[in-house]
Amino acid sequence: MPKDTGIGASSKRREDVRFLTGKGLYTQDIALAGQTYAVMVRSNVAHGKIKSINTAKAAAMPGVLAVFTGEDFKDVGGNPAGWLINSRDGTPMREPKRPVLAHGKVRHVGDAYAAIVAETYNQAKDAAQQLADDTDIEELPAIIDMKAAVANPANRVHDEIPDNLCFDWGWIEDNRAAVDAAFKSAPHVTTLELVNNRLVPNAMEPRASIGEYNAGTGDYKLTTTSQNPHLTRLLVAAFVLGIPENKLTVVAPDVGGGFGSKIYHYGEAALVLAAAKKLGRPVRWIAERSESFLSDAHGRDHVTKIELASTKDGEILAIRTETLANVGAYLSNFSTATPTFLHGTLMAGPYKVPHVYVNVKTVFTNTAPVDAYRGAGRPEATFSIERVVDKMCRELGLDAFEVRRKNLLTPDQFPYTTPVGLVYDTGNYQATLDKAIELGDVAGFEARAAASAAKGKLRGMGLSTWIEACGIAPSHLVGVLGSRVGLFDAATVRVNATGNISVMTGAHSHGQGHETVFAQIVADKLGIDESAVDIVHGDTSKIPFGMGSYGSRSLAVCGSAMDKAVDKIIAKGKKIAAHMLEASEGDIVFEAGKFSVAGTDKAKTFGEIAFSAYVPHNYPLETLEPGLEETAFYDPANFTYPAGAYICEVEVDPETGKVDIASFTAADDFGNVMNPMIVEGQVHGGVGQGIGQALLENTVYDENGQILTASFMDYAMPRADDVPFYTVDHSCATPCTHNPLGVKGCGEAGAIGSPPAVINAVIDALHRGGHTHVTHIDMPVSPARVWAAING
Amino acid sequence: MQLSDHRDIKADPMTVWAAILNPEVLKECVPGCESMSGSVADGFEAVVVQKVGPVKATFTGVVKLSDIIEGKSLRISGEGKGGPAGFAKGGADVTLEPTETGTRLSYVVEANVGGKIAQLGSRIIDGFAKKMADDFFTRFQDAVEGPDEEESVADEATEADAPKKGWFKRLLG
Repeated sequence: MPKDTGIGASSKRREDVRFLTGKGLYTQDIALAGQTYAVMVRSNVAHGKIKSINTAKAAAMPGVLAVFTGEDFKDVGGNPAGWLINSRDGTPMREPKRPVLAHGKVRHVGDAYAAIVAETYNQAKDAAQQLADDTDIEELPAIIDMKAAVANPANRVHDEIPDNLCFDWGWIEDNRAAVDAAFKSAPHVTTLELVNNRLVPNAMEPRASIGEYNAGTGDYKLTTTSQNPHLTRLLVAAFVLGIPENKLTVVAPDVGGGFGSKIYHYGEAALVLAAAKKLGRPVRWIAERSESFLSDAHGRDHVTKIELASTKDGEILAIRTETLANVGAYLSNFSTATPTFLHGTLMAGPYKVPHVYVNVKTVFTNTAPVDAYRGAGRPEATFSIERVVDKMCRELGLDAFEVRRKNLLTPDQFPYTTPVGLVYDTGNYQATLDKAIELGDVAGFEARAAASAAKGKLRGMGLSTWIEACGIAPSHLVGVLGSRVGLFDAATVRVNATGNISVMTGAHSHGQGHETVFAQIVADKLGIDESAVDIVHGDTSKIPFGMGSYGSRSLAVCGSAMDKAVDKIIAKGKKIAAHMLEASEGDIVFEAGKFSVAGTDKAKTFGEIAFSAYVPHNYPLETLEPGLEETAFYDPANFTYPAGAYICEVEVDPETGKVDIASFTAADDFGNVMNPMIVEGQVHGGVGQGIGQALLENTVYDENGQILTASFMDYAMPRADDVPFYTVDHSCATPCTHNPLGVKGCGEAGAIGSPPAVINAVIDALHRGGHTHVTHIDMPVSPARVWAAING
Repeated sequence: MQLSDHRDIKADPMTVWAAILNPEVLKECVPGCESMSGSVADGFEAVVVQKVGPVKATFTGVVKLSDIIEGKSLRISGEGKGGPAGFAKGGADVTLEPTETGTRLSYVVEANVGGKIAQLGSRIIDGFAKKMADDFFTRFQDAVEGPDEEESVADEATEADAPKKGWFKRLLG
């Protein structure tokens, strides 16, 4: 029976009441007395030497309060990379300084080299144009293509980095010789070169920051569109501006989507704080949509050669990859972790592969920085593996389902140590595959293909069996691997005197539905009504600590911290109850919202205990502090490993090359599910983004580094009629073995597993239509690309 | 982008060459040119108004003649800042060859845009650059040769038997 409240119930998203009635409070909605407006002056060229900036005219324009250039920030810190990667030869990665405002050189179209603060937005905008007109930038040859970037040492994004290489990483370098040997003796080798197309995250709400400074106390406040306010505070305070952490409050109110792009600290946040201090007035900066295209961290952008060694009957013997990963002009905060430890460690997929070696060269180019975007490294890994497995099946004439079944790890093999450094704790990949086959009605495919053929369409079916590592992350492990932060999280459960509860969480909700799900968990554990629990997030002055929301970590890590804090509340409640009921603590049981003496009808409700904690008239004050509030920190013991099987059916119009998604079936194992409706929504959204990447989205820079897809006219976002009605299942659950809720995470899954299912289906359709010369088409498989592939 | 084309102009190479070096001709031929001043030696300052797709902008910039081989070839290059619209720059390598009927003017044009024009109008830049080049050399041909016959009826009426001349030729006498 479906539950109607608590864990496992499809409680309606309480936050939607305000979102759907226009009552949300976003950064842009905040109006402050005396506020001023900042506009960034951005480079029109991809690569250029700043020869002079004449600020005089702009500074004298009506309403202009201040003009900032790179010169003003040359002595403050750079925006750092959060993860140190060492190259194969042991040398550390190259880390060019990423300044608040570009100084000396501009390095991508949209790179901000100055900022204007004025009384009104339009005044700031006019002055920004004047300043641009009064700036002399000598355009230098742009470095755009990654292969050319590493081949031409004369042309450098950063003068001190000769080959534009950030690092050349091998994973695991010690295994390389064994992998090469496995390839030498392999009966069959399948090779595929592919591009993981560059994406613009395009959150619905563009980035925004408001800076405030109180000269009386020396306190700063930053209100910003962040997925992780504490991380932003750490980066701005400790690394960039040198503000004591206790003098900076960071608030991330309602945030309209992030998908990764709002994890990072960007220069604008530091700018508004510095400007607010200088002017003694609030300074607001709200990105225009164009600025999002130019300056938000983009996603993906890998060029990969993958090789797969196998027996003639499809048993995988080894996998070897070489990847060029674009980091753009500067290192965004997670940009070095994304193509390495979030990518290379997943390159065994859900398969029993004895030998895997991954090489990633990360390249600087004159493009916007590239960083984690929904899935972050794992979609790139999954796409490479699932495409090459599909190609191997075609080359050897094998059934794609049977080959998966032959190679998938079996439930008795867990915990399983992969050759790329992870330990999968649990899973049942056969179960999700069987479920997808059942729900996707694979048996009925030939009849549907015939029906499509009768309409002149080519129908194809594509399979993807995927796995990912999320619930980021065990601090000790990521520390060994180069992370410069811990990735635990924290929660405070504050029970008020009247029994209702505020939960302060380090997770940040920017569309996920945390306010609903977290309340379900706390209420369920305490046996109280969900409506008595409020979730507070996004404010460093209220929350003990938190690393925020990304990497499908909110439930697995922040939810586990909450679970631990509730356990502490119950433990303290038992002490209070023991005193009130004149029993020993060991005899108190807590169940369904009541503390009772085992085997008796003597009991106190949760509300009575809470009241007693705050009105401690009958209370063990000698041994117990009053009040009922507990904080817990939780550091996961391992990543979590969601996995699943996706089946996509497409119809291809051979006349035009247009691909339509006919059906999409997702059978996932997310461990225990807290709110099935929200999980289903996350899968819909993730698969929608994966279909967007597979069919529509692409970011194009021309050879001069001009971004040609900088508006929704040229950047094709998926629309409602591009996606099907999904069939979603998460009944094949193997609970995570190491977190108290048994949860794995579902936020990124759809975007990770779906692109290869779509492309495999397109290739299948073309082969069924007799176009067997087509072995691969790079994403997005636009009508033009499909038509060109069909017509050779 | 790059494109190349040629025109057969009914005038001898020296007449065509003289026209290319004439600032008045240059001004007339640059589509949307509102003002131009300067000299062949120092280059010209120009103000050009153009609409590229959704972006209409006033470009201020310089036009330069370079790589001059007397009577044979030269390069016309220009670079303009269009304020919020971004920038445009480009050039044309022009060569002249005598033919039986006059002169063959061949050109290779390349054009680059940056900023908003590239971001919002990239789909139409190639077509726009081709149109700009076509317009430029059509105007140039008209200036040297004179207008088509139908359009020059009025001229013929007043100038009786005088041979057809473009305004540039008339200027030269």
